[in-house]
Amino acid sequence: MSVPKITNIVVAGLGGQGVLTTTDIVAEVAARAGLDVKKSEIHGMSQRGGSVSSDVRFGEHVFSPMVPDGEADFLVMLAADQVEVNATALSPTGVLIDVSQVDESKLSNRKSINVALLGALSQHLKFTDEEWIAAIKRNLPKTLHDTNVEAFLAGKNKVTAI
Amino acid sequence: MKHVGLNVAADPLFAAAYTPVNGALIVISADDPGMASSQNEQDNRRYAVAAGLPMVEPSDSQEAYDFFLQAIALSETWRVPVLYRLTTRVCHSKTLVQRCPTPPSTARPGKYERNPFERSMIPAHARPAHRRLREKLKQIAALGESSVFNKIVTGVNDLGIITSGIAYQHVREAAPDASVLKLGLTHPLPVELIRGFASSVARCIVVEEGDPYLVEGARTAGVMVEDKLEQYRFGELNVARVRRILARDCSEEPKPAAGKPPALCPGCGHRTAFTALHNVNAIVAGDIGCYGLGVLPPFEAVDTSLCMGASFGVGLGLRHSLPPEDAKRVVGVIGDSTFMHSGLTGLAEMIYNPPSTGFVMVILDNRITAMTGFQEHPGTGRTLDHTHTNRIVIEDVVRAMGVKSVHVLDHTEDPKAFEELLRASMEKPELTVIVARRTCLLVTRLIKEWEECELQ
Repeated sequence: MSVPKITNIVVAGLGGQGVLTTTDIVAEVAARAGLDVKKSEIHGMSQRGGSVSSDVRFGEHVFSPMVPDGEADFLVMLAADQVEVNATALSPTGVLIDVSQVDESKLSNRKSINVALLGALSQHLKFTDEEWIAAIKRNLPKTLHDTNVEAFLAGKNKVTAI
Repeated sequence: MKHVGLNVAADPLFAAAYTPVNGALIVISADDPGMASSQNEQDNRRYAVAAGLPMVEPSDSQEAYDFFLQAIALSETWRVPVLYRLTTRVCHSKTLVQRCPTPPSTARPGKYERNPFERSMIPAHARPAHRRLREKLKQIAALGESSVFNKIVTGVNDLGIITSGIAYQHVREAAPDASVLKLGLTHPLPVELIRGFASSVARCIVVEEGDPYLVEGARTAGVMVEDKLEQYRFGELNVARVRRILARDCSEEPKPAAGKPPALCPGCGHRTAFTALHNVNAIVAGDIGCYGLGVLPPFEAVDTSLCMGASFGVGLGLRHSLPPEDAKRVVGVIGDSTFMHSGLTGLAEMIYNPPSTGFVMVILDNRITAMTGFQEHPGTGRTLDHTHTNRIVIEDVVRAMGVKSVHVLDHTEDPKAFEELLRASMEKPELTVIVARRTCLLVTRLIKEWEECELQ
């Protein structure tokens, strides 16, 4: 028996940046597309600004909830200074998605950088914008919907003006 | 509760195994292999053996749900508490769950029925109770051989893996062709199932996180199984480590890059407290909470941390045993929530057996249980769902129990004055308690919301 190909994503940053919300959104998109999904994280004392990372994996069937080191297809980095810490997660053919790919000054709220990076990630995955936006709305309070949908589209289109 | 929580609850747990359960009693306890945020790496499967409790171990969210319903049935049928053993990675992961269309309903007992023979564990009652428990376990063991909790995944004959919990998921990914015996009921162990499985494969290895619990169980029953190398006893398992276990790879493992350590928040009141404790050259007996971070730079103020409540015990012990010049430098530091959980008996000890140099306790009251996500406690005046209830006032308790020198202040208002108070208290051979009250910055807004909600 061979293990069917699954997609491995690691999201990393610092406590308070929305790392866990980011993987919640990815997991929701994949689950609603009918795929098996697992996600995991360690957030011991991370609320105090320490390093946080979270794994999300989806495909036909997923066993372990953790992305093995060196097997991430995508590494989404919310904090530039954390790239080195997490670099070993990425597979040799994997794609790094980081803050340099988004023009932060154009975001109406700097805090939505995580969702802007999901916009950049979405270009590599087969889910529709509608599915992404629905998942974003389900995982964030209503007051943040507009800002984050804007951020998602900005990240996706690499549009610099909102 | 966490693994260490069961240490605190162990006393009632052992006797509860003897007394018959009405309805169901499931004790959920999560171990922390790798110590993501714990002080030790104990394997609570040992508690199931020590207390004589059936134990169930799920391996993902779906099983955590399904097995819980089955554990209720197990507890109801045999009238025993069931130890529901989780680990960090089962708790801190999310997997898809199909809900049971007809979950069992819960009914409160209609009326109280007196049964002191089974419920009052005086020796005359406890002796037959122990025999009843062992008889139940024998019968549960027999049923466990064909239980829904255990399953075999048939694969190749040359490699068989016995596993449980999260390790099962790693095993299926690391060795997709292997035969696997997955145990969900891990006490009492289904030894005949293990024996049959082991004899059906050429190589039989146990892959488990933590202690060699399954290995020892199998070997005690006379089943020769291969164990993992000692280096894999430490830390969490993952797919890569399971591959190494199967290959008996004893080479050094790659070290993960050091991430940014957690730190006290900017503006946190604890910062002022630890700066002062550092400046007065105190020997600080610390406790469990955000303020554990006082051990790290730039403060480097905390000298010991052991378990909840240890600030009193370790601090008093140091006061009693060190030479007077060092003894008077000893200061205990505990948070409001930890004081409520495990500090009150330590306070009694401090008053009952005061050290000759006195003792200084600082209670850092930030009005919430901050580290674990803003849970209420008996000192906040709100219940866990944030509605109003009676409040235990820390300084009232301290005074009522007999401490004469009690100071209540916001230490951030005048840090120099706080430092002077510490210095003066350390010089006096008397018992001093300083309640340093400063609301956690992260919770100030939430408290306002909860209290406004209450007024409506």
